[in-house]
Amino acid sequence: MAPLGRAALLLAFGLVLYALVAGSYAAWKKRRRLAHSAQNALLIAFPVTLVAAIVLLVALGRRDMTFQYVSEHTSHKLPLGYALSAFWGGQEGSLLLWLLVLTGYAGLAVWLNRRSRELIAWTVPVFGLVAVFFSFMLCFVSSPFNVQPAPSDGQGMVPSLQNPYMLAHPPLLYLGYVGLTVPFAFAMGALLSGRTDERWIVATRRWTLAAWMFLGVGQLIGSHWAYVEIGWGGYYAWDPVENAALMPWLAATAFLHSVMIQEKRGMLKVWNMILVALAFNLSLFGTFLTRSGVIDSIHSFSKSSIGGWFLAFLVLMVVLSAVLIRWRLPLLRTKTKLESLVSREATFLYNNLLLVALCLTILWGVLYPILSDAVRGETRSVSKPYYDFFLHTFGLPLLLLMGIGPLVAWRKASLRSLGKTFAVPFGVAVVTGVVLLVLGFGSSWPGLLAYTFCAFVAASIVLEFVRGRQATGSIFKLIARNRRRYGGYIVHAAVVLLAIGIAGSSAYQTERDQVLRPGQSIEAAGYKLTYTGLKGVRGPNYTGYRALVSVSGHGERFGLDPGVNHYFIEGFTNKAAIYHDPRSLGDVFTKAQLAGKHGARIDLQVFVKPLINLIWVAGFVFVAGALIAMWPDAVEQRRLAARYAAGAAPAGI
Amino acid sequence: MEWALAVAAILAVVAVVFVARPFLRDPAPASDRLDELAPEARERLALAEERDRALAALKELEFDHRTGKVSDEDYRAQVGPLRRRAAEVLRALEGGEQARRERVPDPGQRVP
Repeated sequence: MAPLGRAALLLAFGLVLYALVAGSYAAWKKRRRLAHSAQNALLIAFPVTLVAAIVLLVALGRRDMTFQYVSEHTSHKLPLGYALSAFWGGQEGSLLLWLLVLTGYAGLAVWLNRRSRELIAWTVPVFGLVAVFFSFMLCFVSSPFNVQPAPSDGQGMVPSLQNPYMLAHPPLLYLGYVGLTVPFAFAMGALLSGRTDERWIVATRRWTLAAWMFLGVGQLIGSHWAYVEIGWGGYYAWDPVENAALMPWLAATAFLHSVMIQEKRGMLKVWNMILVALAFNLSLFGTFLTRSGVIDSIHSFSKSSIGGWFLAFLVLMVVLSAVLIRWRLPLLRTKTKLESLVSREATFLYNNLLLVALCLTILWGVLYPILSDAVRGETRSVSKPYYDFFLHTFGLPLLLLMGIGPLVAWRKASLRSLGKTFAVPFGVAVVTGVVLLVLGFGSSWPGLLAYTFCAFVAASIVLEFVRGRQATGSIFKLIARNRRRYGGYIVHAAVVLLAIGIAGSSAYQTERDQVLRPGQSIEAAGYKLTYTGLKGVRGPNYTGYRALVSVSGHGERFGLDPGVNHYFIEGFTNKAAIYHDPRSLGDVFTKAQLAGKHGARIDLQVFVKPLINLIWVAGFVFVAGALIAMWPDAVEQRRLAARYAAGAAPAGI
Repeated sequence: MEWALAVAAILAVVAVVFVARPFLRDPAPASDRLDELAPEARERLALAEERDRALAALKELEFDHRTGKVSDEDYRAQVGPLRRRAAEVLRALEGGEQARRERVPDPGQRVP
């Protein structure tokens, strides 16, 4: 089986190399058949890569320990689902997943837009270049198909990865990371071909939205995994690898907003190119961080030889993007200017500046320890206060802008109109702020501000829907006619829920930590937790213990059983126990470990986290909004097809 | 081992045939030149984009006016220039279209 996997990877490498070399030559010399042939090479690279992926999946499913990769990441007793998830649990497998998703996306995006030949001719080699790098790594540097004499059992899987969320979190992140290659390839294709009109934006609009949605949901699922599995009581630790996924998402968020200004006003063409390149290069940087071992993270793989290759490729892509943008600057310049600093496009611009500022400060936080280690030989870390400071500095104004933007008209807004549209949301925000202050929420000013701003944004969203419905007569008609706008508002509502959940669970959480004997109790935020005893547990590949804790308070009575699992091969891991309160939408989070070697004393940690479940609810609302925004609109499709039929073949959007 | 190599060989043959397909299907084409937009067609496309922007801006203004985001006074001040701009672009597009129709045959749309 391994030779088939290796052969498929070599063939995929040859195909994407052909797409790069022949595609570039064909686009340069305007050779139609050669360009078509290069396009076909890219199309067939996906099924060929799929064969390699199937070989690896079969080996994982069979626990074929002759595959070095299988023995390093699974064991005979590992349940089948987790054994298959080892596909993305190791370095070589996740590189293969990158290539699989990339060739799949590239093939589909190129095929859907095949009639825009001039643009596609240059897009194919860009896709080819990225795919050549990943297939080269898989063929010659880090192959998942290395074989060995089969050991009696494998090394198993890291216990924290043996969680159902790990079946979805990495693939979703990859769908997002790799998805950002599509707008990048089309943008660079547009620069290379000189087609700097909106064709590349039209071709990639939904791809960008989809990649952004996957990246967002992937991060949220990852946060939930960290919350229930890692057992430190939180869901986001500003870990470099977590930040690595957040940065391209922020850059893509900025792009999704600024691209609307290009479509509506023909402005910001250079800025949009920069943002697309930034988002893609940050997704590469994220992969580099996870793969290279330059940073110490629970999410990253161990030190490996591929970091240098990644860094070189990243530098190449950054330089290539910068040179192309600089080269085509005359084509990207526009005469249209911002008419007023108080307009919808101006608020989008402020939103962009804040998003990019937040993204770059996070990037600096990630880079600083690496640079200080490389330059001075000192290991320094950037901790939570740094990130919290910039989250408050840029995040809170961003939240406020999310409410202001929809209330401001395009082009120019007069003070009189603003007074009229702002009255209700402003009133709601003031009343909310005062009531919360009276109720004692002033203990955290960032928390109080976040809640107040959330009230403002929520009121502005509701107002937009109410006024829109009055104007069109039906909420469904309203959304159907303006999917991007109202889908976007639903995504804003998701961000409001997220902000309320984050503020509640961080600014207003209660934490207790105490060693208890059976019968002893601990109190936290109105809950009384009594430790009643220990029990043993046994699973297919682990044994362990659970501390039995009975909880009462707020009119509720329930039991929790935090503890520890001891995996036969992989070692110990904490198992948190969480009670979700459906009334307050908060959680009682507990973790427990034996305190000392003898007896049944336990160290019980308790976190009471108000409103934390709104964060997970926000994920569903976010997906709903994103799907509405990207759902095809037949009228718009016809309009765009007619537009491009005027100058080129009809657009296959 | 042998079956794996056989599958790999079949895969390689299918891939090569698929990649060579444009040359196999059309071994001696009248023209092998890749389509590209002529300058005139690029101009027309830019005008079409501008027309869509102008019409979308008018639609947006109407909607913002109906939902109370734009006052009557602001609406009156903005709608005139937007309509003029849309009309200018439509005229330019029609002018270009007429000039294109007058040329027989139509060589302007594509470079051969």
